[in-house]
Amino acid sequence: MSPPKREPMPGCDKVLLVQAELDGELDAAQAAALEAHRAACAICQLAQAELLRARDLLRGETYEPIPDDVRARIMARLRQAEPRTAPTPTRRRLWVFPSISGFGLGAVCAAAISLLILLPQRDDLAGQLVAGHIRALQPGHLEDVVSTDQHTVKPWFDGRLDFAPPVRDFTADGFPLKGGRLDYLDGRPVAALIYQRDKHVIDVFVWPQNGAIAHLARDTAIQGYNVVHWATDGMNFWAVSDLERAQLDEFSALWRKAP
Amino acid sequence: MPPSSRDDSFEQVVLPHLDAAYNLARWLMRDGVAAEDVLQEAMVRALTYFASFKGINPRAWLLQIVRHTAYGSRALNRGVETVPIEDDDATPAKGDDPEAALLRSRECRQVRALIAALPVDLRETLVLREFEELSYKEIAEATQTPIGTVMSRLWRARQLLTRSAAAEGLP
Repeated sequence: MSPPKREPMPGCDKVLLVQAELDGELDAAQAAALEAHRAACAICQLAQAELLRARDLLRGETYEPIPDDVRARIMARLRQAEPRTAPTPTRRRLWVFPSISGFGLGAVCAAAISLLILLPQRDDLAGQLVAGHIRALQPGHLEDVVSTDQHTVKPWFDGRLDFAPPVRDFTADGFPLKGGRLDYLDGRPVAALIYQRDKHVIDVFVWPQNGAIAHLARDTAIQGYNVVHWATDGMNFWAVSDLERAQLDEFSALWRKAP
Repeated sequence: MPPSSRDDSFEQVVLPHLDAAYNLARWLMRDGVAAEDVLQEAMVRALTYFASFKGINPRAWLLQIVRHTAYGSRALNRGVETVPIEDDDATPAKGDDPEAALLRSRECRQVRALIAALPVDLRETLVLREFEELSYKEIAEATQTPIGTVMSRLWRARQLLTRSAAAEGLP
């Protein structure tokens, strides 16, 4: 346990260790060393008294289990969500149909196959990206850090993510940086960078490459939003915008050739 | 949900932590309806992402999703605000059955209101430690914050709590 860099504690830097001991976070050797210090430190003794007081205040608090009605609604909602992850009845019926008719088989099979290809996509990454983009466009959701300065936006992600996303400004090329925020995609937290082209907002989702989704990476369009993927510097990039395709390609080209 | 009862199913791994998820949502949102919305969205996300969950701590993983969902919610008030102690709506007692609410002592209500009045980053750290009983490391994981920051947030939360309790004249 090392004391934090920020918010220095008044008086004595061991105060947080006093707290760590009460929280059961110190091993025997650390606790013994602290004990020796505390015996001689009035600030730590006061801190301990205050922490014990806080513990007393919270003693009467009991853990509240989720009420039955709330639990029931959550479970119902989860059952509703299930068909998105399990095979759908629609798909099964399509497979039965050709064998009954034995007629126009090719066309039906083609339709079934295209459905099989299309159905999983609703839940796939591109769909998540567009959903994330649309969610972010709701008022007050777009930026967690508002800045046109890449040197403000980049450090903002420090400590919020387990990787450092590259942040670039393309103001000179007509794509000014507007800010950044955290998002959650593909089961992990990701960085979202916000750019603007005229009235159009561009979200760039960034996270480290793990190889697993590289084969899924293809540019696409969903609900009128273009989705463009590229990978550089060991990072996955996905740009989502209602900007027309040619301009979004221009934007991704800037990224790809950036130093 | 698959009716599977295998050891690695969503039911076996994630659902046991529904109480924890509910509590965190309640404390973050400070409103029963908003908390249930957040919990619903978080649980659906958890179900969606469960296939890619490979960690060893499903509770910290689920709480991280709840927290992320809450922070993405328009209903989350990030600012510091005073929650009046006499206002039952402001304490997380809303939605409880009336009997349990009656049994809760006035002092408990006051303490709850004081916790609810803490800034959201201090509040969530305190709740994860005191009610969810997460270790510093687990809190750091769930909030994606360095351990040093977890420690100083806890310290400030407890200090604010004792000082506001003294100001309220709590015994």
